[in-house]
Amino acid sequence: MFVRTILAALAVGLSVGAVIAQQDPVTTREDLMKANNKHALAVVRMMRGQAPFDAAAVDAAFAQWADTAQKLPSLFPDNSKTGGDNRASPKIWLNKKDFDAKAAAFAKAVAENHDTAKSSLDGLRAAIPVVGKACDNCHEDYRLSKQ
Amino acid sequence: MIRRLILLAAIAAVLALAAFWYLTAPASVPASALAAHTPDLANGKEMFYASGCASCHAVPKQPDKIRLGGGLALNSPFGTFYVPNISSDPKDGIGAWTDAQFITALIKGTSPEGEHYYPAFPYTSYQHIRFDDLRDLFAYLKTLPPVPGSVRDHDLPFPFNIRRTLGLWKLLFLDGKPLPPDPSRSAQWNRGAYLVNGPGHCTECHSPRNALGGVIASLRFTGGPSPDGQGGVPNITQYKLKSWSEADIAETLESGMTADADRVGGNMVEVVRNISQLTAADRMAIAAYIKSLPAVEGHKPPPKKPE
Repeated sequence: MFVRTILAALAVGLSVGAVIAQQDPVTTREDLMKANNKHALAVVRMMRGQAPFDAAAVDAAFAQWADTAQKLPSLFPDNSKTGGDNRASPKIWLNKKDFDAKAAAFAKAVAENHDTAKSSLDGLRAAIPVVGKACDNCHEDYRLSKQ
Repeated sequence: MIRRLILLAAIAAVLALAAFWYLTAPASVPASALAAHTPDLANGKEMFYASGCASCHAVPKQPDKIRLGGGLALNSPFGTFYVPNISSDPKDGIGAWTDAQFITALIKGTSPEGEHYYPAFPYTSYQHIRFDDLRDLFAYLKTLPPVPGSVRDHDLPFPFNIRRTLGLWKLLFLDGKPLPPDPSRSAQWNRGAYLVNGPGHCTECHSPRNALGGVIASLRFTGGPSPDGQGGVPNITQYKLKSWSEADIAETLESGMTADADRVGGNMVEVVRNISQLTAADRMAIAAYIKSLPAVEGHKPPPKKPE
């Protein structure tokens, strides 16, 4: 009786968890990208001399980008090709292995450039273009441009 | 009665064909039109990057952007084009061409064999490039490595596979008008106008086209659907770029980063690869011209289909 209750609770918990994990990957990935941009803007303002250099803010930006890179491959299930303000190119699903490899390359670029970026304004100016190119790596083939 | 009508119809057909043949005759620039010229290879290299030759003509799926052996497949509403070899190879490329033949190709869209090129090759913009710049570009191209191998024919359904009909298209859309400088504007603005409307051929992507594939002149730079059918190309008039400074535009052309810290994507990544190789002065000139484009709304993008 007790075991059955435990099993039932586990089953409910797992299925709810699964539902949350699958909940609208389109919105989840769009939110991640918007957050990426918000952090990029904060960092770019420092580079443009419009805001003081702030190593903590640089940390926060790199943490956000690392989080995105880690989550990206699982946010493009087959049933998420359309919907929302979706800019995902159909090529993602035709080249999923390449897409995942590029997400991994993005993770690597973020990890490798974090220390340089937080070290100083000059370090930031050297590191951000390298990370930007890693963004381009996916965006060139897999993000549709908007009119 | 019937015999008369048939005879009249036959005569009309012959006259129509003759008129068609005359109207669609490919134009060329004769060698006699060219003065003596010493090539400036540094300028040729600048023209090479401004014109974006490598983006279409480099062998696809390999990193060496000066291997101009062609082969890229370009999808369009009219079928698939296969980009030709323009390497210095004398047999399969353009290594044996004359200056006049090169100029004819870019200004008139006509091949050395006297055939029309398809306007997937953007001669509607390249027609504004000055002869001296074209000759420098040609000289520079001939310094790049030869790549053997010719590329397959385009894959176009009838009637687009009849090259001669392009003569009619050119009558409609290739005005042959030069781009004279505007004396009321600065030298920098005029340089930008030349780079954008000539070698840069920005309007070819950033403008909507009509059913015949010609750019809608009144809506130049207002963006539209992407030529390859994937996504859209943005409006770059002041309707969309009002909050961008000239420095912002020049920055984007060098690094791919936009004024609001986004990244340009799609084909623009490739464009930035080329324009980042220009001098800073040329990028600032392009930025000055783009910043001056009056605000035009253009077509609204089609509504998203519901899921």
